[in-house]
Amino acid sequence: MALQSLDIKARSATTTQPPAARDPLHVAKLIDISKCIGCKACQVACMEWNDLRDEVGTNAGIYDNPRDLTDQSWTVMRYSEVEVQQGRLEWLIRKDGCMHCEDPGCLKACPAPGAIVQYVNGIVDFHEEHCIGCGYCITGCPFNVPRISKKDSKAYKCTLCSDRVAVGREPACVKTCPTGAIVFGSKRDMIEHAEGRIADLKARGYANAGLYNPEGVGGTHVMYVLQHADQPELYAGLPKDPHISPLVGLWKGITKPLMSLGIGLAVFAGFFHYVTAGPKEVEDEKVD
Amino acid sequence: MTNHWVDIKNTDLVLIMGGNAAEAHPCGFKWVTEAKAHRKARLIVVDPRFTRSAAVSDFYAPIRAGTDIAFLGGVINYLLTNDRIHHEYVKHYTDMSFLVKDEFSFANGLFSGYDPETRKYDRSSWGYQIGADGYAVTDPALQHPRCVYQLMKAHYSRYTPEMVSTVCGTPQDAFLKVCEAIAETAAADRTMTIMYALGWTQHSVGSQMIRTGAMVQLLLGNIGVAGGGMNALRGHSNIQGLTDLGLLANLLPGYLTLAGDAEQDYQAYIAKRASKPLRPGQLSYWQNYAKFHVSLMKAWFGDAASASNDWCYDWLPKMDKGYDLLDVFEDMGQGKVNGYVCQGFNPLGSAPCKVKVSNSLSKLKFLVIIDPLATETSEFWQNHGEYNDVDPAKIQTEVFRLPSTCFAEEDGSLINSGRWLQWHWKAAEPPGEARSDQEIMAGLFLRIRALYEKEGGAFPEPILNLTWKHRIPAFPSPEELAKEFSGKALKDLTDPKDPGKVLVKAGEQLSAFAELRDDGSTSSGCWLFAGCWSEKGNLMARRDNADPFGIGQTLNWAYSWPANRRILYNRASCDPSGKPYDPTRKLIAWDAGAGKWGGADVPDFKIDSAPEEGMNPFIMNPEGVARFFAVDKMAEGPFPEHYEPFETPLAENPLSPQNPAVLSSPAARVFKDDWATFGKPDKFPYVGTTYRLTEHFHFWTKHARLNAILQPEQFVEIGEELAKEKGIRAGDHVRVRSNRGHIVAVAVVTRRLMTLDVAGRKTHTVGVPLHWGFMGLAKNGYLTNTLTPFVGDGNTQTPEFKAFLVDVEKV
Repeated sequence: MALQSLDIKARSATTTQPPAARDPLHVAKLIDISKCIGCKACQVACMEWNDLRDEVGTNAGIYDNPRDLTDQSWTVMRYSEVEVQQGRLEWLIRKDGCMHCEDPGCLKACPAPGAIVQYVNGIVDFHEEHCIGCGYCITGCPFNVPRISKKDSKAYKCTLCSDRVAVGREPACVKTCPTGAIVFGSKRDMIEHAEGRIADLKARGYANAGLYNPEGVGGTHVMYVLQHADQPELYAGLPKDPHISPLVGLWKGITKPLMSLGIGLAVFAGFFHYVTAGPKEVEDEKVD
Repeated sequence: MTNHWVDIKNTDLVLIMGGNAAEAHPCGFKWVTEAKAHRKARLIVVDPRFTRSAAVSDFYAPIRAGTDIAFLGGVINYLLTNDRIHHEYVKHYTDMSFLVKDEFSFANGLFSGYDPETRKYDRSSWGYQIGADGYAVTDPALQHPRCVYQLMKAHYSRYTPEMVSTVCGTPQDAFLKVCEAIAETAAADRTMTIMYALGWTQHSVGSQMIRTGAMVQLLLGNIGVAGGGMNALRGHSNIQGLTDLGLLANLLPGYLTLAGDAEQDYQAYIAKRASKPLRPGQLSYWQNYAKFHVSLMKAWFGDAASASNDWCYDWLPKMDKGYDLLDVFEDMGQGKVNGYVCQGFNPLGSAPCKVKVSNSLSKLKFLVIIDPLATETSEFWQNHGEYNDVDPAKIQTEVFRLPSTCFAEEDGSLINSGRWLQWHWKAAEPPGEARSDQEIMAGLFLRIRALYEKEGGAFPEPILNLTWKHRIPAFPSPEELAKEFSGKALKDLTDPKDPGKVLVKAGEQLSAFAELRDDGSTSSGCWLFAGCWSEKGNLMARRDNADPFGIGQTLNWAYSWPANRRILYNRASCDPSGKPYDPTRKLIAWDAGAGKWGGADVPDFKIDSAPEEGMNPFIMNPEGVARFFAVDKMAEGPFPEHYEPFETPLAENPLSPQNPAVLSSPAARVFKDDWATFGKPDKFPYVGTTYRLTEHFHFWTKHARLNAILQPEQFVEIGEELAKEKGIRAGDHVRVRSNRGHIVAVAVVTRRLMTLDVAGRKTHTVGVPLHWGFMGLAKNGYLTNTLTPFVGDGNTQTPEFKAFLVDVEKV
């Protein structure tokens, strides 16, 4: 891939016009679940590239480890044993992490200016130095991805290796995947690649094979090839029709102006009190 | 591997059985995904567990651990009964037409010649009928009742689909579906690859399991062809190199063999191994045995080895008994072995029956550990609570730890499963006082030699005369060692047809093992590697992946033994007239114009032998053909027969129910005291099996934080039905017991371990991953070989880690 500009398309809690002179390539990562062997090499690559080290945890009676996304684990494998066809066991292994929505709920929900940005190439990135740790991005995310760090109370998630992509490299997980189950390129190319994979899966008896690129969030820059695209919930609860939580709309639509009004009223009331009652005076008390 | 990793992309059907490539060999597994993507190949997995390989398969069939011969014997029966075999291939390239001695027989689960006292066979009746001309007698019509084809057909007629299902617990329809897919590859333009690993080797009949797989491939004409073959996925980096260099007690480098005690005569030793052709016009390449052997002795002993002293043959040890891993720990326990040098090996974790190994180590006077890590073996004397409950006060063994480098801290070559010698360069300096293995060994050797020089001793000659011409004697460099293995001319080598013509000058590196001589004029530390470091330089360091024929053979990438050949037996990819069976997958062909064989690979054949000369492709065999009938090569018999594991849920062998002596392998060695350690199904009703997980590498990566994060804590896998019976839920702690000890671990309750119907009763499997121990960064756990039995394969003595009996209970 060629070098990518990191022009910003959207910035949280900001009204300034983003740069629009250039239109760089729209990128996407395609995860082909039918080729994934669940080796977790992507988890290791992610930890190594991003300098993350999660706790050495425990086993909870499942293969999933670490058990969930954390500020130190930006991607985890989720293993699901299903029988779509009676008597035919399937072990579906889904690499979970940020989907990099075209219409990112996290960014919409974020009240901190510049804490979340969306590049024109489609990557949604967290800039932790601006993060105030309010956790609204978690509410805003239809996929339950961002996690607040206990160390610094800031939100973290997959960056789609924006630092690698900017210099023409694929994300670390893509680079390491031994079976080529994770591929990266322009979104158009990835959709085309997926079509070939889906045709192959249909020839192998997966009549409902398809691409997961949900419309409800405007499509995503991380897409899945699913053997059973008609039932994405089989894949450890991948939402069938993800939407941004109505709370975010509420916050941006009604709550935010109301709250701004509330804050204004409070300031006004304080001022009124000051004018009418004067400053609070503390008298020295002598203690014998 | 007969083929190699990249070549898997050329296949139409992948059978993973006795292995779990996606988990244990994830990087190599990419070639399976290539075959699926570009050849529309299908993947079938047959395994006791629905593994991560099964997760990406087109079809999965369950099987009870330890019953693969029954399954594959059933496949052979299916192929023969339905006549789905590659007729021309088997007729010309296998021993099907050979007549077997009249004395050979099989009845009640036993072959002729069995002695129940010694548990060994007299194998003299296991051979071909030899005619007056000295050649084996054949019946090309395959009608003679004593021909291999007829005997084999009769033998496997007992392996019906019903019998397979009874023994293996595989549903009949699933078994037949696998048979049908396999049978399709009998066509000349279809091929199957078999990928197997420790799931086949680690059984008391492991070698025979592999043989049965190879027989299936031979019937289908899938050996020697692109995308075919018997492909052993080696379990450790460079374990292929270990066997190639003969680091087994009974081997010399290059699969030359150590003599037995009775073989004191050098000429007889050579004559026995330099087999004469058993059919007219065959090459019988081992006739060159003396050239390889003499060159080895010249590499080891230099000028001291001469024709007059039989090239120092008397200096080589002669085997009086076995010295395999199990043997050594048995002897150690009996106080017959007092010192043990343990290099890159963790036997407390890796050998069966931990309590026995621990007791044996406790009887040593000294134990030397050469390893980059503090292993369970190096700390075996420490008390680690429930995980290693020993009393250090009672253990007098003195332990020396010599820290060594790991692969990334040294230059050298590694040999992968596909027989490629690949040079690598160090990536980091070793930490602290760590030294490379060759530096440590050199240090030991130089001190021992000095002692012999000073004090004489009982038998100083082999030590004092060992070649040690290194620039820095205390540090033999990897380059020096590699050149020594590859070999050089000691004198000018002249053309036998034209004595005036010098082919190789004295002192030059050789370019091929064909240049080796038996007159002491060449030296080569391992004939199989000859040419890997030629006058052209270090060919193992080549990194040109150009693929001019588009079939993935890349002859300029590293160096593949033998002779840079990528696919063994590749002459068999052509019909008898020398034309490729599948022109779209052409490896080599006869070029009549040039009068030689050539193509995308280095021909595994006499290069100028025209097809009409009738030389056959299996040139290492004196017959020139591949063997269905193993003659006297295998301990258990010439045809693989199903025997139960030494711990089995069954009371009788369903194939020979009337003979209790053949419940388990009649030819496996069991030490006297170990019979009592085997458990019975009344107390231990479930089948246990041990294995690796993709997140870890053996007992090594639990020392690495990233791996520990991915799989932090020991667990066992239990099927849903058994879990329900026992009231076990996922995440509960359970105790798994065998007759030798117990482990405690978290329960993973899963549908992937299916309850099988075996001989009319429900059989549950308990899966026991092996990676935890009491050293390292992951959570401490039990060594799983606490559970496993101290018995091995009858030929190789590889322990039976894959099938034993356990009980399980909630803690």
